[in-house]
Order: sequence, then structure tokens, then C-alpha cells
Amino acid sequence: METNQKSLYIIIIGCGRLGSLLANMLSKEGHSTVIIDNNIHSFDALNSTEFSGFQIEGDATELSVLKEAKIDKADILIGATHDDNINIMIGQIAKRVFTVPNVLIRILDQNKEPLLQKIDIKYVCTTTEIASKIIELI
Amino acid sequence: MNIIIVGGGKFVYFVAKNFQSKGHQVTIINKSLDECTWLSRKLKGIVVHGDGTDPVILKDAKASQMDAILAVTPHDQDNLIICQIAQLNFQISKTLAYVNDPDNEEIFRKLGITAAFSTTHMISNVIEQRTAYDDIVGLSSVAGGKVNVTELIISKDFPVCDKRLDEIQLSDNGLIACIIRDDKQIIPHGTTILKEGDNIILISLPENHGEIIKTLMGDSV
Repeated sequence: METNQKSLYIIIIGCGRLGSLLANMLSKEGHSTVIIDNNIHSFDALNSTEFSGFQIEGDATELSVLKEAKIDKADILIGATHDDNINIMIGQIAKRVFTVPNVLIRILDQNKEPLLQKIDIKYVCTTTEIASKIIELI
Repeated sequence: MNIIIVGGGKFVYFVAKNFQSKGHQVTIINKSLDECTWLSRKLKGIVVHGDGTDPVILKDAKASQMDAILAVTPHDQDNLIICQIAQLNFQISKTLAYVNDPDNEEIFRKLGITAAFSTTHMISNVIEQRTAYDDIVGLSSVAGGKVNVTELIISKDFPVCDKRLDEIQLSDNGLIACIIRDDKQIIPHGTTILKEGDNIILISLPENHGEIIKTLMGDSV
């Protein structure tokens, strides 16, 4: 991410370890951040001294929830749920239907990488990344 | 035709049985080992145990030799990914996905799925129509909701009863495509006369549907 000081509108899907960490960091940097999770208790992971954005309790695979988060206004959408297929679906909806300029998703299953290259969605496959990191450190 | 069905439950069983009875080859992919065992006992086709969103499992199911895929798991996101992998990795041209959220019908089509269908949509359509008009015995929408196919029974108080078809001024966007009379199907002409008890199949566009129904049924609506 370029660190020019412009405040961006960022939507994060999933408030697990990764989603909450990103939300805390990006909100602290001064970006307007909205985080969506279907379990209200997940928001406990947000740090109140760092995170000053909005929380939406809802299932982000439901179009009305994405609309409630004003997806059409987003500069960035990050798919960080534990379910690869949810991230891939929402990533495509954000990019193709709502033309969100910057869409990035996390996946765990490296078998899905060829699909993501074909549908042209930016992703990080944590399994592949960590494996290469480990090999590098051996 | 060679078809892959991904999903489970009685729905998959009956759909597979129906396809087989029409001479199609069916391969089922299902996550639950118990269901796979049950399905393979009841059906002739191949049953593959595994996650249909995993390209490796689709390869096991010989996806590259298939003509169509039907994804009917309970999760919209899984059905989308199944269809996309089938399309992009295995060149299956006809992809059909079940969706829970009716909004996803249009979204999935935009993302390249041949057809997405939601039972929420279908059932609420049928209920709305059925509760509004008693004589309508069936209504379905085809072509992604762009065309209505209505089945209704002519009653003697309809203004069109005992009239020739060419005397009935239907709107341009309506057509009586077929009449079922005494269990026989008739493809009607202008000279065909509608009789009490005729079961007619009407093709219409949703925007003219109400108007056409009114022409046929008159004030009994």
C-alpha cells in the first residue's frame, strides 16, 4: 500500500485474526474502515484504542449487507474470512459488479490459485507464502 | 449429455434419476461419505466423494468430458466457485447454480454463470400468483424471469370461454401456446374455440402478464 496521507474508504470482510489485525492497523493509520462479520463476538478482537471504524454484523454473502456497507463507495475491499470461496465470491462482486478499484483477498487453499489468476483477482495464499518463508529460513 | 451434479439430499437424488431416465449420463459429487454410499446404491451413475469446489475432485469426476454442471450445495459461494472452476479449468460451457439470495441470480449471471436460480424467487412467485387467482394452476418464469409460462383452466364465466382464438384480443406480448383438453394436447390455431375446462398454457412477458390474465379471466379476477 502506498503511504500517501489520503484517507481511504476500506471494507474488510471477516473479523478473525487477520481481519481484526488489518482493521486495527488501517483504522489507526487514519482510513475510514468498515468491518463485516456474521458473529458479533468476533468484534471483541478489535482494539478500541486503534480501531475507530464501523462494525456491521451480517453475512457478507448477502448482497444487501454489502450494500449496507456502501460497497459502491469503497476504495479498497479486503476478503479475510476463513472461507476461501466466500472471499473469492465477494472479491468478484466487488471488482466486477461494483468496480471497487482495489480488491484483495486471502486464501488458504493453493489449489484455487489458478482460478484466481484466470478471474484476475489479487490474492495472497497464506499457505504458499508461509511455505516459502519456512523454506527460506531452513 | 454428460452432467455433473454437485450437492446432496433428496433433491440431487431425484434430479439425477430424472436426468438418467432421459438418457443422460450423471456423475454426482458429494462431501458426505454416507450420502455417497446411499446415492451409489440407489443410482446407476458415478458418485465421487469430495469437495466439489476442489479442482482435484472435479478432475476425478472427469469434468473435462462433461457438457454441463449443476451446483446445488446449500452455499451460494460454493456453487459459484464450482461453476467457475468447471468453466475456466475444464471448459464446461453450461453452468447452473442454485442460489439462496435471490439477488445473486443476476450477480452470478454477470460473473459468467449460464443460469442461477433461487427457489425463494420461484416459490414466492408461485404463491403470489396462486393466492391471487384460483384458476391459475401453474406459473413458472423462464429465461431468468424474463418470460412467464402460466397454466390456467378456462371457467365458464371467463369472457373468452366459447370464443375463437382469433376473436380474442390478447396483447402483442401474449400467446396461448397449447391447450390440454380431455388429456389431449392441442397446438391451437386462430379457429380453435376455447371450451370450459380447457387447460391452457400461456406464454407472456411479466410486464403484460396482469393485463393478459385480465383479458382472459375478465372480472372474475
